[in-house]
Amino acid sequence: MDLKLKIWRQKDSRSRGRFVNYFLREIDPDCSFLEMLDILNEQLISRNEEPVVFDHECREGICGSCSIYINGRPHGPDELTTVCQLHMRKFNHGDTIVIEPWRARSFPVIRDLMVDRSSFDTLIREGGYISVNTGTAPDANTIPVNRDDAVFAMDAAACIGCGACVAACKNASAMLFVGAKISHLASLPQGRVEARKRVQDMVAMMDALGFGNCTNTGACEVECPKGIKMANIVRLNREYLKSTL
Amino acid sequence: MSLAGIFLILFLLVHLTINLLVILFDDPMVYNRAAHFMGNNIVIKIFEIVLIGGLLLHVIYALILQVQNWIARPRRYSKANFSSTSFFSKFMIHTAGVILAFLVIHFSDFYFRAKFGHAAEIVSDGVVYHDFATEVIDKFKMLPFVIIYIAAFLFLGFHLIHGFQSAFKTLGIENNRYAPVIQTLSVIYTVVVVAGFTAIPLVIYFM
Ligand code: FES
Repeated sequence: MDLKLKIWRQKDSRSRGRFVNYFLREIDPDCSFLEMLDILNEQLISRNEEPVVFDHECREGICGSCSIYINGRPHGPDELTTVCQLHMRKFNHGDTIVIEPWRARSFPVIRDLMVDRSSFDTLIREGGYISVNTGTAPDANTIPVNRDDAVFAMDAAACIGCGACVAACKNASAMLFVGAKISHLASLPQGRVEARKRVQDMVAMMDALGFGNCTNTGACEVECPKGIKMANIVRLNREYLKSTL
Repeated sequence: MSLAGIFLILFLLVHLTINLLVILFDDPMVYNRAAHFMGNNIVIKIFEIVLIGGLLLHVIYALILQVQNWIARPRRYSKANFSSTSFFSKFMIHTAGVILAFLVIHFSDFYFRAKFGHAAEIVSDGVVYHDFATEVIDKFKMLPFVIIYIAAFLFLGFHLIHGFQSAFKTLGIENNRYAPVIQTLSVIYTVVVVAGFTAIPLVIYFM
């Protein structure tokens, strides 16, 4: 298939950036989106041009590194997939594909399609973990956990921290990411111990980092490659109110 | 934001009940008496201040949040918003603008005139009432008023269909068990409010 790519090129975080058009011929519909970009980059290198910079790591849909805004949607047109798991058969011969980086004040562009998502690490540092001395491994059934809670926590823990929720949100809010972490830990007995402080600290940091406010639009839930649900945001709000009162 | 919203949602129901008196009773004095009671009762007077406070809180909070949200994405996408999410949630600030414009007309039309004279008066059992019922009926015999009024309530409906359930999410109430209930309530409430308010000019105009 032949494609026209409209790709965002930006030299560094301070330069202005602009769209550049590229034409690719005879792309195999079975290659992945990142492989398609690899082919483009090989051609660019052979023409002595700068290759397009983009984030990627596992290419298995589990690390959350790949992060590209494709035709108005984070991770492109497929449901529940990361860019590395998106295949060119989801596009048509002759398509124009608009390719942009995540855009948010808290995710500054490093170069081209690569953005700095360390604000997520900063958020996790504010308490997105459990700091108890675990000692030796306890017997599996010493702490009983309700099955529903275990399932809810497990689903929330599926977040890979790719930032698609922030990218999709019209307000660039990080509520789904933080919500997933908060409700994952708040649903389990081990996480309850620090639940109050965790939610207060993480929400305060979220505001300080310049993420937007949640208006319950739900774009995050639609675009999340791991299917994290908005119920996590509701849970975050509940935990936050409880810890404030 | 959400609390002020729910407060306004409740108030709308009260307002609707009183408005419906105009078309439910042939005797215009029923509505006039209700309006008179609302205008001269100390409890209602206090509530009035609370209501305006609630409205202001809702508006001011919305503006602050909206500005923060714009700042959170300094550079827009060139091709954006292709996620299939609830349609009206993306236009809350826009529908709010239309509603606010309507409120300005509404206040200058009825509220201020009731407060500062100028309204026609009618005497019943020795008490002087403002004859709002006749005024409402006169107004809604004119097509432009009917159209503006109905349009405003359609926009209010767009605002409510998202706002109602969103408020419960923000308050952390909507968990998996209540979610379907709240979603259904949200639709029922919006339909009742929009249908109720728009029925008034329609009934009057076509009667
Ligand atoms: S590269 Fe790891 S999830 Fe896509």
